[in-house]
Amino acid sequence: MERGVGSATRAKIGLRHLRVDKWWVQPAISVFVLVSFIIYSTIRAFENKYYFAEPLISPFYSPCLATSCVEGASHLGQPFGSWWIFSPALLILIFPLGFRMTCYYYRKTYYRAFWLSPPACAVAEPHKSYSGETKSPLILQNSHRYFFIAGLVFNVLLTYDALISFKNAEGQWGHMSVGTLVLLANATFLWLYSLSCHSCRHILGGRLKHFSKHPIRYKTWTIVSKLNAHHPKYAWISLIGVAMCDFYVRLVASGSITNLYFF
Amino acid sequence: MGYLAKLRVWRGNKERGELVNYNVEVSEGEVLLDVIHRLQATDSPDLAVRWNCKAGKCGSCSAEINGKPSLMCMTRMNTFNEEDEVTVTPLRAFPVIKDLVTDVSFNYIKARQVPAFKGPANLKLGEYRMQQVDVERSQEFRKCIECFLCQDVCHVVRDHEENKESFAGPRFFIRLAELDMHPLDELDRKREAQESHGLGMCNITKCCTEVCPEHIKITDNAIIPMKERVVDTKYDPLVWLGKTITRRK
Repeated sequence: MERGVGSATRAKIGLRHLRVDKWWVQPAISVFVLVSFIIYSTIRAFENKYYFAEPLISPFYSPCLATSCVEGASHLGQPFGSWWIFSPALLILIFPLGFRMTCYYYRKTYYRAFWLSPPACAVAEPHKSYSGETKSPLILQNSHRYFFIAGLVFNVLLTYDALISFKNAEGQWGHMSVGTLVLLANATFLWLYSLSCHSCRHILGGRLKHFSKHPIRYKTWTIVSKLNAHHPKYAWISLIGVAMCDFYVRLVASGSITNLYFF
Repeated sequence: MGYLAKLRVWRGNKERGELVNYNVEVSEGEVLLDVIHRLQATDSPDLAVRWNCKAGKCGSCSAEINGKPSLMCMTRMNTFNEEDEVTVTPLRAFPVIKDLVTDVSFNYIKARQVPAFKGPANLKLGEYRMQQVDVERSQEFRKCIECFLCQDVCHVVRDHEENKESFAGPRFFIRLAELDMHPLDELDRKREAQESHGLGMCNITKCCTEVCPEHIKITDNAIIPMKERVVDTKYDPLVWLGKTITRRK
């Protein structure tokens, strides 16, 4: 070990770290949750069925843009036509995936948990060299703001999905079911995650040099800054929320359970 | 209420060193630096340790305590179990001089490489005016006590000695952020941060924020905002287009 903490001029200790706490728990939990989500979402994206049960649509398939979409699921039409032979989820998932992949919080999480760079603070990383986010492909992390904007479009669509879930299965307004609550919760968590995003904070006011000349943007920035402090929490809640929401729709669409109506 | 603490202290110099076990008396309410001083006063008068204020404000007594970069004067002994060993080593990102004292001159070299504030040419000293909201923004960064724990824990230099040439470290990113957010500063701190100080090397794993004894949100309030500003300057074609059309600087 002649690099990093083992370099010639440093204190000769001979160990990668001296931490005695359970520093590995947090990265282990991150790996577990993220791998579970990736497996679940991949299966669901390729499954190509059980994603719509009037009026509920899975967030993995909304908007459903291909001709192969089940009847009633395409609120924005079917611009991709019949040539798209794969699952319609594959047309759209790149956007929420890109938003999370380039998210500053998730970057911290997966750099630590998967790339071990570093696995935890003051625990030596295993890599011989390091160039950070200066080269391809990691330089593409700078596109986060574009994925943030795409994420906002999806939030609007998923909010619309939640609102039309106030219909019943016959398309009549003024009803509410467990599915309505599930879709509303999912949309709320996604809005909280998006609005607490660091790029959002920057766009709304962070980029200013003079807060005093832009009082409204300054006020907006202070509100988003408060949300931003909880960004990690919203990141996890919204990730688990979107999977739970899809799972609920799948259960209803597959006939495993009935969507219970309150009124 | 006192007890004998089991201390493992790194003793050595540039050539060699080892962790040495000591049993040192601890009194109620003491911090680790008190115990290190007692060790100096009893068993090891030649133990080298750098300290000054004993109040968490000078940033001198930085060390690694059970492997975590911390200030010895702010580490209360009652946070450890009496039966547990407490390991104290020098900062592991910097060259060691003797025992717990390291050569932190890397940080002073980097400090000199950040150009000082440059105000507008048409204003004289004494004519600068700022609004309170603009002052408050960078006030957080002024709390830095230069303990260099953030520099020590940053894996970019801690695990890669070769990066010290091109990477300034979190302490200087907050300095650059402070200057870039200053309404009257006229230098281009964004390009400077990215091209001269290695901002792009940071992968925002937030260890600097975790160890900061002043609880400065280094990553969220300085590094990420600077990264976003760099995107404005270097990577975002729409921002470039908008600036070109409106002739904004």
